[in-house]
Amino acid sequence: MIGGLFIYNHKGEVLISRVYRDDIGRNAVDAFRVNVIHARQQVRSPVTNIARTSFFHVKRSNIWLAAVTKQNVNAAMVFEFLYKMCDVMTAYFGKISEENIKNNFVLIYELLDEILDFGYPQNSETGALKTFITQTGIKSQSKEEQSQITSQVTGQIGWRREGIKYRRNELFLDVLESVNLLMSPQGQVLSAHVSGRVVMKSYLSGMPECKFGMNDKIVIDKQGKGGGATGQSIAIDDCTFHQCVRLSKFDAERSISFIPPDGECELMRYRTTKDIILPFRVIPLVREVGRTKLEVKVVIKSNFKPSLLAQKIEVRIPTPLNTSGVQVICMKGKAKYKASENAIVWKIKRMAGMKESQISAEIELLPTNDKKKWARPPISMNFEVPFAPSGLKVRYLKVFEPKLNYSDHDVIKWVRYIGRSGIYETRC
Amino acid sequence: MTDSKYFTTTKKGEIFELKAELNSDKKEKKKEAVKKVIASMTVGKDVSALFPDVVNCMQTDNLELKKLVYLYLMNYAKSQPDMAIMAVNTFVKDCEDPNPLIRALAVRTMGCIRVDKITEYLCEPLRKCLKDEDPYVRKTAAVCVAKLHDINAQLVEDQGFLDTLKDLISDSNPMVVANAVAALSEIAESHPNSNLLDLNPQSINKLLTALNECTEWGQIFILDCLANYTPRDDRESQSICERVTPRLSHANSAVVLSAVKVLMKFMEMLPKDLDYYGTLLKKLAPPLVTLLSAEPELQYVALRNINLIVQKRPEILKHEMKVFFVKYNDPIYVKLEKLDIMIRLASQANIAQVLAELKEYATEVDVDFVRKAVRAIGRCAIKVEQSAERCVSTLLDLIQTKVNYVVQEAIVVIKDIFRKYPNKYESVIATLCENLDSLDEPEARAAMIWIVGEYAERIDNADELLESFLEGFHDESTQVQLQLLTAIVKLFLKKPTETQELVQQVLSLATQDSDNPDLRDRGYIYWRLLSTDPVAAKEVVLAEKPLISEETDLIEPTLLEELICHIGTLASVYHKPPSAFVEGSRGVMHKRLPARTGSGEGTESPDVGNVAGGSAPEAAPSIIPSQGDLLGDLLNLDLAPPTTTGPPPPTSGMQMGGMDLLGGGLDSLLGGDIGGSPAMGAGFGAAPAVMPASLNAPVGGGLGDLFDLGGGVGMPMGAYIPPKTVWLPAMKAKGLEISGTFARRAGVIQMELVLTNKAMSVMTDFAIQFNRNSFGLAPAGPLQVLTPLGPNQTIEVSLPLSTVGPVMKMDPLNNLQVAVKNNIDVFYFSCQYPISMLFVEDGKMERQVFLATWKDIPNDNESQFQIQDCHLNSDAASNKLQGSNIFTIAKRTVEGQDMLYMAIKLSNGIWVLAELKMQAGNPNYTISLKCRAPEVSQCVFQCYEAVLKN
Repeated sequence: MIGGLFIYNHKGEVLISRVYRDDIGRNAVDAFRVNVIHARQQVRSPVTNIARTSFFHVKRSNIWLAAVTKQNVNAAMVFEFLYKMCDVMTAYFGKISEENIKNNFVLIYELLDEILDFGYPQNSETGALKTFITQTGIKSQSKEEQSQITSQVTGQIGWRREGIKYRRNELFLDVLESVNLLMSPQGQVLSAHVSGRVVMKSYLSGMPECKFGMNDKIVIDKQGKGGGATGQSIAIDDCTFHQCVRLSKFDAERSISFIPPDGECELMRYRTTKDIILPFRVIPLVREVGRTKLEVKVVIKSNFKPSLLAQKIEVRIPTPLNTSGVQVICMKGKAKYKASENAIVWKIKRMAGMKESQISAEIELLPTNDKKKWARPPISMNFEVPFAPSGLKVRYLKVFEPKLNYSDHDVIKWVRYIGRSGIYETRC
Repeated sequence: MTDSKYFTTTKKGEIFELKAELNSDKKEKKKEAVKKVIASMTVGKDVSALFPDVVNCMQTDNLELKKLVYLYLMNYAKSQPDMAIMAVNTFVKDCEDPNPLIRALAVRTMGCIRVDKITEYLCEPLRKCLKDEDPYVRKTAAVCVAKLHDINAQLVEDQGFLDTLKDLISDSNPMVVANAVAALSEIAESHPNSNLLDLNPQSINKLLTALNECTEWGQIFILDCLANYTPRDDRESQSICERVTPRLSHANSAVVLSAVKVLMKFMEMLPKDLDYYGTLLKKLAPPLVTLLSAEPELQYVALRNINLIVQKRPEILKHEMKVFFVKYNDPIYVKLEKLDIMIRLASQANIAQVLAELKEYATEVDVDFVRKAVRAIGRCAIKVEQSAERCVSTLLDLIQTKVNYVVQEAIVVIKDIFRKYPNKYESVIATLCENLDSLDEPEARAAMIWIVGEYAERIDNADELLESFLEGFHDESTQVQLQLLTAIVKLFLKKPTETQELVQQVLSLATQDSDNPDLRDRGYIYWRLLSTDPVAAKEVVLAEKPLISEETDLIEPTLLEELICHIGTLASVYHKPPSAFVEGSRGVMHKRLPARTGSGEGTESPDVGNVAGGSAPEAAPSIIPSQGDLLGDLLNLDLAPPTTTGPPPPTSGMQMGGMDLLGGGLDSLLGGDIGGSPAMGAGFGAAPAVMPASLNAPVGGGLGDLFDLGGGVGMPMGAYIPPKTVWLPAMKAKGLEISGTFARRAGVIQMELVLTNKAMSVMTDFAIQFNRNSFGLAPAGPLQVLTPLGPNQTIEVSLPLSTVGPVMKMDPLNNLQVAVKNNIDVFYFSCQYPISMLFVEDGKMERQVFLATWKDIPNDNESQFQIQDCHLNSDAASNKLQGSNIFTIAKRTVEGQDMLYMAIKLSNGIWVLAELKMQAGNPNYTISLKCRAPEVSQCVFQCYEAVLKN
C-alpha cells in the first residue's frame, strides 16, 4: 500500500510529508526531488522507480503530489487517490497553491491522517469529512452527533447525512459534453467521440430516492411501441457512475437510481461515438510559396440549427517557428498573430448555425538552414454550443421521499445542455 | 490567521523558545508552539529534543492539538523509545473515551508507533476496539492489526487477533469488512502458505454482498482479494463474473481495472463455446476504452494494462484501433504507449488507416516518439504482408527527409523487412547506400553493414563501402565490429578473387588487435573455417536465415499470465513480476491463471495436462520467438540462490593458466578454457602470421570440439546408471561445465550432476530450474551446492526430482530444458532423460486386467519394433527388465518362441503394455507396444533396447 505522501513546491521544497510505512525512509523525499523534480529531462512517466522505491506523481499548477511505495500496490488506485486528495483539498481551501498549502498545513495533516490509514484509502467524501474535520477545531459534540458522524463515515450512504432540510426543493441538471474530433486535411473524420458528464446540483430535503432517465437506445428499444418514444434515441458506448448509483440495478435493468449527495455531484460520465453532431467543420488550405512564404486559408462552417448560437469560438492556426511576420484578413471576429504561442488566434464571439466564415493569412518566413521540417501541428478549435452534440436528452428525473411530505411535482427542476469542444483538431 | 508563518522561523535559539512556549499555561500559545514544531519537522529539521515537552501537551480535550501531538509522536517515538512510554497512559485512556472518534484516533496512532514496549500495551485496547460497538472504531482497529503484524507478527498470532480479524469479514458494516479484507490480504501475503484468507463459496458470497455497499476504495480491496480466489468450477466462476460486471460502470478507474482483473482471470475457466463467454468479451471493451478519457496518469496505467490484455486476448479490442490514435497534446508517455498498442492491433483490415497515422507521427517533434513511429511502420510491413510495399515506400519517403535519426531508424527496420521478404525490395539498396555517411548510431551502422554484406553480389562497390568502415574499426562499437567482420567474410565468400586482402585485414584486426573476446572468437572461427574448408564455410556463413517473428516485444506467456493476475498494480505498469521490484517476502509468490475445468476429461493422456494448462502458446509464430520463449520462461522462474553463506574460497592452491600456456596451440584454447584470457593472448602470438588461406591442418581438430556442443544425449537404463555425458560444455557457460545422468533410486528420480568450474573465478549461488516438460519433471528441492566452487574444482550433486511440475509436451517427448544459475550468469541447456526413470514400482497388473486392457486399446495404437543383436534368454531378460520396473505378467511358449507379456506404469498414470517375442538362437527380438498415448512408444522402445543390451 501507499508508504508515504509528499507535497512539494515547484522548487522541490517539501511542504507536506507524511510517512505511513516503516520501509519508507526520509531519503525518499530527496530521491524524488533529485530524480524527478530537478531532472533535466522532461518527465517521461508518471511512475518512477528509484532504488526499488516507486513514486507516483501528479502535478497541479506548480505543486507536485507524490505517493511513495515499496510494494506492488494497485497503481490505478494510487492515482485515483491522488486526484481525490486534490479534490478534497480544493473543496476545503480552494486552489491548490503553495500559499494555500502552507496556510492549511495542519488541516492537510489532519485530512491525511483520516483518509489514509496505514496507506489504505478510507472514506474520502468531502461531504462526510466536513462534518468532523473543520478548520476551526472540533467543538464538543453531543453523543448523538458523534455517533451520527461515525455512522455516516462508515455507512452505506457515506455521501449524505440525515436530517437535511430545505424550504424549497430544487435541483439542477447540467449535461456537459465535450466533443472531440480529429479530421484529415481532406475532411475525412479520423476519429470523433463525445465524452459527456451529467452534473447534478440538488437541494433536496431528507433522503430522497431519485430515478434518472434519458434517451438511451437500449432503454427506448426495450420499451418499444408501448412507450411511444418520441424523437431520437442515442447509442451510448459506455458509461460510469458516481458511487451513489446502484450499479447492480443498472446492470440488470439499465435504470439509474440513487440517493444523491447534498449539493453538487457528477452523477454520470458517458461516451458516444455514433451519430455525433459535429458543430463545426474546418477546411484548411496551406500553400508554400517558395521557401520564405506560406499562404493559409481556413474556412469554418457551423453545422446546427440556425436558431441556435455558438459562443466563444476560437480557431488556432499554428505557424512555423521561423515566422517573421503575418498578415491576416478575416471576415468576422478578430484575428491576431501571437508570436509567443507560434499561432494565429482567431476569435469570434457568436455565430449562428448554418453559417460560414473565412480567414486568410500570409506568413513570411525567415530563411533557415535547419534541415528539420516544420511538423505542421493541427488546427485546433474551441467553442461552446447550447445543445448536446451526442444527441442526449434527459427524459425525466423523478424524486421520491416517502418520509417527508413533498412529492415529485413539488421539486423545481432545471435542465441545461452545454456542448464544448474537447480536442477538436483538423490536420493541415 | 494563516499557518504559513510557522514555516518562516529560522532563528538560532528557536528550540529554546519553542520549549518555553510549549510549557506555557496558555492553551492558545501551546497550540501555536506545537504547530511550529510540526512545521519544522516537515521541512526536515530535527526537533526531537522537544519530545518531553510535546508529549506533555497530549493530555488535552482539544482534538486538533491532540492530533498534532500524535503526529509528532509517530515521527519521533522510534528515536526516543524510553520517553515514548510516557505517552502510553494517555493512549490507553483515550481508547476508553466515550467519543468514538477519539477511541479510533488513539488506536490508529498507537499502531503507528513502532516501539516494542508500546506494542505490549497496545494489545488490550486493540482487542476491545476490534469488538467496539461503533463501526468507525472497528474499521480502524482492523487496519491496526495489520500494523501490529508488521511490527511483531508473532505477537499478533499469539494474541489470536487473526481470528478476530477473520470474524470481521462477516461484520454488518461494509467498511469494516473492506478494511478487514485489506488487512488479511496484506498479512496473508507475508505468509504465502497459510490458509489465512480461507476463501470458500460462503465467504466469497459475503464479499460480493459487501462489494455492492462499500466505498470505492473498499470495492478495490475486495476485488483485489477476489482475484486471488480460484473457483471450483466454471459455474461458480460464471456466477462470480456476473456479480462483478456491474463494477465496470464505476466512475473510479481503479475499481474498473480491478474488476477487469477478476474477469480476465475467471474467464480462463469458462468454456469458450458458452454464450456467456462471448457476452463477457463484449462487455470488457467499452470500459477499457473509457479509461482512455481519464486523466493522463491514469491513461498511462490503463494503456500499460491494455497492452497486456491485447496480448492475452486480442479479440477484445480488435475493432477499437481508432481510440489509440495519438492526440497532439497527449503527454509523451501516453503517446509512446498508444503507439505500442497500435502496432499490436494492426491488421489487414485497418492497416491503411494505421499507416496514414504513423506517417503523420513520423514528422512530430519528440525524437523518441518519431523513432518509435518509424520503427512501427517497419513492424507493420512485417506483420501485414499486403502492406509491405506501401510501408517500404513510406520509409523511403522518410529517408528523403534527411532528418538524421529518421533515416537511421528507417534503415534499421528496412533490414528486418529484407529478412522477412527476401528478394523483393532490394531495389531500394541504392537509395540506402546514399545515406551511408550520415549514419552515426551503432545500430544503424550495423544494419547498413549487414545489408551490404548480405547483398554484396548486387552492390558493385561493396568492397569499397565496407573498406571505408574498416578504417576506424577500433572506434566502432562491438555490434558494428561484429557485423563488419561477418559482412566482409560474406563478401569474400561471394567474390573471393578481389577481396582476399580485405578479409585478411579484418581477420587480423579482429583477432590480433582487439580485446573483445566475442570478436576474437568469431574472428578465429571464421579464420579456421575459411582455411580448412571453404565449402563448409559457405554453408555456415551463407546459410539460410531463420524467419523473423511478426510480433515484437511479446511478453513471454508465463510472465504474461502472471501479469494478467496483477492487472492494475505496479507489476502491470512495469511489466515485471513483483519479485523484480519488491523487497523481502511480500509479493514474491507467483500467481497463475486458473486452468479451464472440463467435464469428463480424464488424466490418462499426457496431452490432457497440456490442454488443461490452457497456456500452451497458440502455435508459436516462428522460430525466433519460440526460442525466446524458452529463455524468458526460464529467466522468469524464480532462481532463488541458496541461502548458505559458505566460507570464502581458498585463494591459495590456484594454479591457473599454466596448463593453457603449456598447451600452446589453438586446440586447447578453443576446445576448453575461455576464462584464461592472458593465456590466449600469449598462445596466439604465432597464429596471425599464417595466412588464412594456408592455415595448416592440425588446427582443424578444434572445430570438432567447438561444434560438439549441444549433443551429449545419453540413453541410460534402469538399474544400470549410464555414464555421465556432458550437457553443458564450459565454452557455452562462461567456464562452468555440467555433465550428468539420471537415475531412479528407491522410487526417487534423481538427476546426478557434476559441476566443474573451468573458469578462473569462484562460482557461488547455484540454482536450477526446469522448463515445462512432457511429464512435469521439476526439482523437488534446491540445488545443494553448499560451498563455493573454486577454479578447477569439481562437485557432484544429486538432485531429487518430482513429477508434479507444469506440463508441456516436448519434442522429443523426453526432452528436458534446464536453466542453471550461478553468480555469473544464467545458462541453458537441454538433455534427454531415459523414460524408464518414470516407470513406477507399482506397475504390476492382474492377468485378466492385462488381457482386457490389451483388447481395449485400439489396434491403431500398437507399434512394433525390432531389437537386434541381443543374447539373453527369456528369464534373464525378464529379470533384467524387472530391475527397471518393467513387470512380466505372463509368459507363453509357442513353437519354440517365447512370448513375454509385460506392463509398465508411468509416473503420470499412463499404462504401457508390451509383448516381447524371442526365439532361442535368434539374436533379434520383436516387441509390440500398446498404449493409449502412442507417442510414448518410441521412448519406451529405446529403453527396452538400452536395458536389454546392458
